[in-house]
Amino acid sequence: MTELRMRGRGADPDSVSGNKEAAGEDRLGLAGGEGDGDRESNAGTPEVPPSTVDNTPQFLNKAVEGLNPRWKNWWIRGVLSLAMISGFFMVIYLGPIMLILVVMTIQIKCFQEIIDIGYRVYHSYELPWFRTLSWYFLICVNYFFYGETLAEYFGALVQREDSLQFLVRYHRFISFTLYLAGFCMFVLSLVKKHYRLQFYMFAWTHVTLLIVVTQSHLVIQNLFEGMIWFIVPISIVICNDIMAYLFGFFFGRTPLIKLSPKKTWEGFIGGFFGTLVCGFILAYLLAQFQYFVCPVEYNSETNRFTADCEPSDIFVMQKYTFPFAVQNILTWKTVNLYPYQIHSVVLSTFASLIGPFGGFFASGFKRAFQIKDFADTIPGHGGIMDRFDCQYLMATFTHVYIASFIRGPNPSKVLQQLLVLQPEQQLSIFNAMRDRLRDRGILPPAAM
Amino acid sequence: MTELRHRGTTENDLQHQQSEDKGSESEGKAEKDGASDSESKPDTGPPGVPVPADDTPEVLNKALSGLSSRWKNWWVRGILTLAMISFFFFIIYLGPMVLMLIVLCVQIKCFQEIIHIGYSVYHSYHLPWFRTLSWYFLLCVNYFFYGETVTDYFSNLVQREEPLRILSKYHRLISFAMYLTGFCMFVLSLVKKHYRLQFYMFGWTHVTLLIVVTQSHLIIHNLFEGMIWFIVPISCVICNDIMAYMFGFFFGRTPLIKLSPKKTWEGFIGGFFSTVVFGILLSYVMAGYSFFVCPVEFNSDRNSFEVDCEPSDLFQLQDYALPAALESLTGWPTLRLYPFQIHSISLSAFASLMGPFGGFFASGFKRAFKIKDFANTIPGHGGIMDRFDCQYLMATFVNVYIASFIRGPNPAKVVQQLLALRLDQQLHIFNSLKTHLTERGLLEEEMWEK
Repeated sequence: MTELRMRGRGADPDSVSGNKEAAGEDRLGLAGGEGDGDRESNAGTPEVPPSTVDNTPQFLNKAVEGLNPRWKNWWIRGVLSLAMISGFFMVIYLGPIMLILVVMTIQIKCFQEIIDIGYRVYHSYELPWFRTLSWYFLICVNYFFYGETLAEYFGALVQREDSLQFLVRYHRFISFTLYLAGFCMFVLSLVKKHYRLQFYMFAWTHVTLLIVVTQSHLVIQNLFEGMIWFIVPISIVICNDIMAYLFGFFFGRTPLIKLSPKKTWEGFIGGFFGTLVCGFILAYLLAQFQYFVCPVEYNSETNRFTADCEPSDIFVMQKYTFPFAVQNILTWKTVNLYPYQIHSVVLSTFASLIGPFGGFFASGFKRAFQIKDFADTIPGHGGIMDRFDCQYLMATFTHVYIASFIRGPNPSKVLQQLLVLQPEQQLSIFNAMRDRLRDRGILPPAAM
Repeated sequence: MTELRHRGTTENDLQHQQSEDKGSESEGKAEKDGASDSESKPDTGPPGVPVPADDTPEVLNKALSGLSSRWKNWWVRGILTLAMISFFFFIIYLGPMVLMLIVLCVQIKCFQEIIHIGYSVYHSYHLPWFRTLSWYFLLCVNYFFYGETVTDYFSNLVQREEPLRILSKYHRLISFAMYLTGFCMFVLSLVKKHYRLQFYMFGWTHVTLLIVVTQSHLIIHNLFEGMIWFIVPISCVICNDIMAYMFGFFFGRTPLIKLSPKKTWEGFIGGFFSTVVFGILLSYVMAGYSFFVCPVEFNSDRNSFEVDCEPSDLFQLQDYALPAALESLTGWPTLRLYPFQIHSISLSAFASLMGPFGGFFASGFKRAFKIKDFANTIPGHGGIMDRFDCQYLMATFVNVYIASFIRGPNPAKVVQQLLALRLDQQLHIFNSLKTHLTERGLLEEEMWEK
């Protein structure tokens, strides 16, 4: 989460109140002030002119007109937070397809915000081809990732349609060709006086793709594992943001890191424990519903996504015995828990300890390029990237966690790979499997 | 390949004849930098990279001291070219293990060269932690890729040794934890006045890792497919370089692209045809030996690599009927070819058509940052990156080509995933496989259940 700007806490009460300009001036003043310190070291690259348009909707402005600027900002921020959280719940209710579309939309918006900053930093609006190329690379990488996902999870659908089969079989080749076309266009578009700028934008685009696009696809893969693996990590990060802010607001005293002067140790530690508890409770609530717990599958007969299955072991309540020391304190011998709740403790710990580093990284980035927010999409909060900067590390961690501890390889994917092998290889694997299953007693022994 | 610098051909070099020693080389380069100053005006920002000293060995300098500058450069370049090619043959002879080590060394040197340029461009030598962090990230990414390779191809060895098995099972988690540590160190190392520089170096490091490290691992994957998939693509790129240079030297007239003024259309087209011919001949020669053609496997009993197998269909001579037009031309009804030779045509075509774009990209990069060569490692040629800039696209292409057209997934990997599944899932897959094989007629219906 971005550091809490001075808007809500230190703004002068006697500054102009009740109109749009206050928020804009605040941003200008702040950007000028804190940026001065690192201007000397930046040889040459000019700063990004801060955006001054405040796009808070009129009705919100009218509603909070009479209040103090400090509380006005607090209220706008609060209202928008509630609006976003409600939006989140609604999208969950609408199901997996909507979630995938929303993830894709957010990814595109984040990409656009970061590329836009790159344009402003380098004044490269007039560079030939560059916008086209950036969006083209985004399409290529998305095509590659969505193709891999579709091939894995929609295996039955793909087998039916011939044209899809062709696309799947040569998917990597087609993706590579598309990417190469973009690469060649880049080389051909190099213009004599702008080489360095063009290379910078090329690198900027690629790093952005690496961060934003690959991780949004990890989010989608987590989603297919079960909606609970999508909801719980995101909620934990949001909860950590809010808890850390509240604890910091009420008890904050010792600064945490020079990079984000508004973060405090009290907020950090309070957020950690608050998040643990919230994650624990949330996991308990969600683990009971099949809708959240089952892997999302595409039913080719009804052409819909279904989440319908026998819940796996981690979502079945089990008895855990406390160690003696804890037993004496609590006088409970055992406790009924879902194993998933223990996994949620690990997820919460990561979100509280490492998640903030994602936020610090984004703060450092904004200070480096002397911008206040990534964009102005959400009034009171900034851009979409501002809200999602901590989520990225979390998505990768969840994915790696699932792959390492929860599930093995995906059976339908393994079957698919088997079917593509050479017949001799299939036969030898078949025989090896048969012997192995016979040894385990799953198959009846050979009638010999 | 880098564009042919003016070294060998302009009149200016003849003026430097008064000093045949090392000084002439650096003067010539300084003048080059001066010539490129005209494009530096709109680039507000980091000044040019200081030119490194010339380190042609003394022995070569003495041997050639009598010649004119132009021919001296030509000879130095030629001798080094022959030295590199002989070295290439030598390490092929030494086998897969040495090849992998060489690939690793080349990758580390390329990474170092590019990072070094970044340091020079941004004067960021004094940045706290930065060298350590760049090398740490290189280590992490290499650990991740080598771990995946070892898990895929050395599964027997991994299953036997307990510590290796644990490392392999939690490999992704360990790699991710290592990367995160580096990431956190970066965030903690941000210093107030140097934010932008530090972010630039972070981005520079990551893009370099993306280009250099991932593709060197694709080369190693190609190598495991069979040494011919390593040797033929690299040779095609080298041959295209040399042939395009030769054709350009003798027949060159029409410039190809403003970015590299020494490239010509005659060189490009001549290089294309001769590379295709060369590729066909080379594959014919190599496809006959199982040393080159067989997948590299690790024999866990003898703890060594071996290449020993029944060559696949690609490497068996087949008869191809020529179309009637060619028949009447050459008088042969059929042609005996290895199917691999037909694949080599696509590889050569890619090397000739797309490989130069990799070279143009590197030329543009050097012009953008006003450097003449990536480094001075190889006298007469520049740095390792200068020699390998066209190879990167080729390595990715070969890997994608193999995955799409030649083989399916690696059977050992599929078996490994199969064994990791739950038993009921294994049974389900077993039954599906049985149905599939029976339909294909590969299995007779046996008496399964009574």
